Amino acid sequence: MTDPQTKATLNSWALAAPALALLVMASIGPLLIVLVYSFMTPGDYSGVERPFTTQAWQQVFLSRDIFDDTLSWADAHLTIFWRSVKLSVLTTAITFLLGLPTAWFIATRPPQRRAMWLFLITIPFWTNLLIRTIAINEIIRSEGLLNQVLGWFGAGPVNLLYTDTAVLIGMAYVYLPMMVLPMYAAIDRFDTRLLEAAYDLFASRWQVLRHVVLPVIRPGIVAGSILVFVPSLGAYVTPRVLGGGKNMMIGNFIELQFGQGQNWPLGAALAVLLLIAVALALAVYVRALAGAERNG
Amino acid sequence: MNEATTVLVEGASKQFGRGPNAILALDDVSLSIEGGSFFTLLGPSGCGKTTLLRLLAGFETPTRGRILLGQDDVTALPPNRRPINTVFQSYALFPHLSVARNVGFGLKMLGRPAGQIAERVARMLSLVRMESFADRLVAQLSGGQQQRVALARALAPEPRVLLLDEPLSALDLKLRKEMQVELKRLQRETGITFVFVTHDQEEALTMSDRIAVMSAGRVQQIGSPRDIYARPANRFVAGFIGESNFLPADIQGKIARLGNAEVRLDRDEPQGRVILAIRPEEVRLGDAITARVVETIYLGNALQVMAELPDGSPIVLRLPAAQAVPLPGTRIGLDLPGPAIQVLEAD
Amino acid sequence: MARSAFDAARLPGFAAIAIAVFVLLYLPIVTLVAYSFNGGESVAVWGGFSLDWYGRAWANETVKAAAVRSLVIAGSASAIAAILATLAALGIVRNRRMKGRGAAYMAINQPLMVPEIVTAVALLIFFASIRQVTGYQGLGYLIAAHAAFCIPFSYLPISARLEGMDATLESAAADLYATPMQTFRHITLPLLMPGVAAGAMLAFVISLDDVVITEFVKSAGQDTLPTYMLGQMRRGVSPEVNAISTMLLAVTVVLLTAFFIINRQFNRRKS
Repeated sequence: MTDPQTKATLNSWALAAPALALLVMASIGPLLIVLVYSFMTPGDYSGVERPFTTQAWQQVFLSRDIFDDTLSWADAHLTIFWRSVKLSVLTTAITFLLGLPTAWFIATRPPQRRAMWLFLITIPFWTNLLIRTIAINEIIRSEGLLNQVLGWFGAGPVNLLYTDTAVLIGMAYVYLPMMVLPMYAAIDRFDTRLLEAAYDLFASRWQVLRHVVLPVIRPGIVAGSILVFVPSLGAYVTPRVLGGGKNMMIGNFIELQFGQGQNWPLGAALAVLLLIAVALALAVYVRALAGAERNG
Repeated sequence: MNEATTVLVEGASKQFGRGPNAILALDDVSLSIEGGSFFTLLGPSGCGKTTLLRLLAGFETPTRGRILLGQDDVTALPPNRRPINTVFQSYALFPHLSVARNVGFGLKMLGRPAGQIAERVARMLSLVRMESFADRLVAQLSGGQQQRVALARALAPEPRVLLLDEPLSALDLKLRKEMQVELKRLQRETGITFVFVTHDQEEALTMSDRIAVMSAGRVQQIGSPRDIYARPANRFVAGFIGESNFLPADIQGKIARLGNAEVRLDRDEPQGRVILAIRPEEVRLGDAITARVVETIYLGNALQVMAELPDGSPIVLRLPAAQAVPLPGTRIGLDLPGPAIQVLEAD
Repeated sequence: MARSAFDAARLPGFAAIAIAVFVLLYLPIVTLVAYSFNGGESVAVWGGFSLDWYGRAWANETVKAAAVRSLVIAGSASAIAAILATLAALGIVRNRRMKGRGAAYMAINQPLMVPEIVTAVALLIFFASIRQVTGYQGLGYLIAAHAAFCIPFSYLPISARLEGMDATLESAAADLYATPMQTFRHITLPLLMPGVAAGAMLAFVISLDDVVITEFVKSAGQDTLPTYMLGQMRRGVSPEVNAISTMLLAVTVVLLTAFFIINRQFNRRKS
């Protein structure tokens, strides 16, 4: 006779099985295939061929001179990696600086109005990523709103489109709600009596911010940072629309290998690299969160 | 009428978990509940009374032991095949169904025809005096009204036994007293065996035909309210039901010695060192023992006097409010009437 | 005696920045919507209010086909995701001591933990091989892919609703002679419905909006609205794209509002 606990567990797994099966087939399983593909040779027209090799992995970082066969750092690749990391970090920083006051503002609204403000911040959150990117495009392109307004003041047209800055603006815009919402959740749980205690002990507003607010809402900051940094690192749509073909990030570079570049193994290797980078970032997140909880 | 509604629990034990962290919620519990009676399981939280109730309902299976309903062994029957229904502590009324549909739910699950269900629902609702609420939703009812609907729902399928899990604990005092009378009336009218769980000893004494006092997974005493109150079997029962003084004494023959004082007993009792249990309201003024007053508290309808016997044991007694207030430090003479003394084992 | 005006919760400059942020958040979207009503041909000059571009978008056969495809995929994927997520939630949420609970939970949320481009590439590779073997070229791949990444989004409101449900209700039903199937049909499912509806709606919006995975998994000619728009962006903006964007936006806002209202109503009626 099976004991009731084992029976219950089997039952649970049976119920979860269909969902898990679909996920394994259409989400988790294919990741393993990518890993395998990164160790194969590019096929003649597309796809891959049998000989297993680490060539693709070499190509990620190094390039072979076509004349004398020497290996050197693949500058173009490294530029792309650096740009991706740089823009992701900057995006996280900008969204933090803009997001903190916004989250604080929403959390300090009277309860009846708060639902309205949350609704207002949620709409951009659920709006299509592409639409929001196109919207930024409308603003910063050469005949866009920004230049039109500048024109009224006699200032010259600014050529923002297809630069790193454009991509940065786009990503900050698109990912801002992801930073605001977790921080809002943390601030919502914040005990205002801590503030009163700090003021009672002669703290200035800035000191309160630095020594009381930020440490206590740290889990929210960490969560928001991860929710911005990870998608930024793997961004594809925004750099494509706002960066043109020149200012590629890892996502665009990966796509290139499956499009014009026709080097599937390299694309696969880059995808695995991105996955590792994300896993590292998540590991840092878990450590930072555990640290925050220990000190909190 | 009553054979089929007798409940017999034989040596039931219930263990949760395994190994060193296992909890023994019930330890070899046996009791027999007469059909058609109002039986109460009484005890502090954690004593196992709710576990026993769940065993009777079928939500738990005993680790050891049997449960018999009339002649039938129901130990292995799942709850939806046992002719026993429960009134839950939180009422557990279905929020998306109207009052009428809630009450008729059991009958619907049993596949009774719609006409029969409607008639029975109407009868149940009038039994608990909720006829005009038939189409209301649960959320629109007050706590007391929800309670009555929960009752009607559990009674509708005509179970052989009705289990009530602390149903009155969420109600305010006045409503509680009203419902106690209601429940008693319902039990008499339907003739169903009621098994009632509570931690409130006053409630138990008021309503029950018989009480099982439980503690730490064991039955401490089973008896009528009078038996339990006047003749507590051990220290736990004496302390849990009403208030009690516990005075160490030495019995020789029919005399109990407390220090230098002597008290006459009216029955043959075990000899040697014992504990005398006597309720504060039974202690009389007299000249058997002299005590020193420590404190007097005015209770409105009585005076509560806390005193100290010569051997240092504390004693509490009640005096009519009109009496002169004994001052702290003064001496008073006390008497412990034989019939009011209960002799318990020494610690 | 005047009440103290010291507000402990006020931090200097924060309100101003917050308001500015809200303005900046909506400005681009409003601009986009405004431009969609531009009567003129040129994107720069305002040519009067007109619904021309909407008309042109509606008349465009490619756009219509893409719109239908988007709706078909979103409808199928959200239905599948909602059903699968409900089953999974029923298994996982109620069983506190389920062995391997953490692993199951991680698997369900996996799509949220991996960057979309990686999943997109992985599916491209995987489905390419399947296409070669079976020759099937239909929408099935897209629907399967969408359903998969919609599962975690559906799971969230369903499991939340299940956890908030009074567990004794199901015991009460069993006490009143209901079999497990009857309990599910009469008690669990009706009470779970708002969560399932919310899960389906969320999945619908997520699927409708997806760009990256769709872009990589689709075969030629299988454009959805977002991939169509992405393709158009290669040639620079056109008010037609703005018009389509505005319509998509309207659908999202309507669904979101419905979601909020249902949520509020059921939070009020919780007993």
